[in-house]
Amino acid sequence: MPEASTPSQTVGPFFSIGLSWPDGPFAVPEGTPGALWLRGRVLDGAGDPVPDALVETWQADPDGRFDHPDDPRGGAERADGFRGFGRSATDADGRFAILLLKPGALPGPDGGRQAPHVDVSVFARGLLRRLVTRLYFPEEEAANAADPVLALLDDAARATLVATRTDDGYRFDIRLQGDGETAFLDV
Amino acid sequence: MPTNVGGGPSTSARELALTGYRRDDPADQPPQLFPDYVATRLRAPTRAPLTIPHGLTEVTGPLLGAGRVGPLDHDLTSQHAGEPLGQRIVVHGRVIDGDGRPVPNTLVEVWQANAAGRYAHDGDRHPAPLDPNFTGVGRCLTDGEGGYRFVTVKPGAYPWQNHDNAWRPAHIHLSLFGRAFAQRLITQLYFPGDPLFDQDPILNAIPDPKARARLISSFDPNETVPDWALAFRFDVVLRGRDATPLVD
Repeated sequence: MPEASTPSQTVGPFFSIGLSWPDGPFAVPEGTPGALWLRGRVLDGAGDPVPDALVETWQADPDGRFDHPDDPRGGAERADGFRGFGRSATDADGRFAILLLKPGALPGPDGGRQAPHVDVSVFARGLLRRLVTRLYFPEEEAANAADPVLALLDDAARATLVATRTDDGYRFDIRLQGDGETAFLDV
Repeated sequence: MPTNVGGGPSTSARELALTGYRRDDPADQPPQLFPDYVATRLRAPTRAPLTIPHGLTEVTGPLLGAGRVGPLDHDLTSQHAGEPLGQRIVVHGRVIDGDGRPVPNTLVEVWQANAAGRYAHDGDRHPAPLDPNFTGVGRCLTDGEGGYRFVTVKPGAYPWQNHDNAWRPAHIHLSLFGRAFAQRLITQLYFPGDPLFDQDPILNAIPDPKARARLISSFDPNETVPDWALAFRFDVVLRGRDATPLVD
């Protein structure tokens, strides 16, 4: 008889005492060749910064692999210390920053391919459950046009998931509610 | 510049025979907008999330913990020169999935207020005393059976500004990774017999009373340590797998 899942509760305003790691923002060690800063702001329904959010990222490596037993393809061993997971609390201006490598494309359902993407989780006071979204890359126009998840969104929603290029990486703002509301995903 | 494609040109998700995770019953989870919990009014998205099938990113996840957990990280009473004030308790349980299978070697992170109901966080302005012998942070890895065990003191209830005379019931925050991105869970555990449940919108946001009850730990007389600590049991159920692999 399947058991029901434990319910979610908000992370609350004081999570930084428990969930801060010195190496949290480093999905890849500093100085790794090709490392990119993913920066953005989390904003609420009034357009104000959310200074107490937690942003986490999870993604494939640049070869599109996961160092995980449920990726049956193997070949994910790397020498550069890539972890695939980043965690960053927002500051007083709602800003987060995670250092990562650009992921490779992945196989998708129906024999297609998924465009390179990063799965993003957002937790905060005032969020009773995690919010999930994805970040896509602006230079991957052809791959994005064929991506099975982006295909399910209208143009305005799709645009909220494509990052913009910056000098040292990418910019990806997360608008929780209202104007320009980020498209969130139920995984 | 297009990137290299991993996995070979013909490796589809169907050929990979990935298994996704079961969706939760909505009655078992809180909604995002729950106006009685005031902070949700400006933070809950207006649009329902788009349901997407599980692919490689969702069925994998960070398997962290090795090298990240020290031998005393599970014991929140032994991190300072002296012991903290308050009722010493053991909090223990198993992390399993929806099919009852243990989730071994997974990282559990916890944080809580002290026995007076004060967090060791600059943002907590509640005028209850800080305890120099208590930070309120712990972590452990579940064992081969999914078991975990923390030693701490029972946190106090604390007032917050949500509504007039609002108090959070005593609670411990838990964060779990599980095996997959789809299983990630942050929740709170509560203590049996707390008189504050009825006025708490965070707990009451969960629609089904049976689901709410899953967040209340049980007093566990078998795990009490005579002359030393009371014990409470709290099992965590993460999402179970779908019965069949993902196919077209």
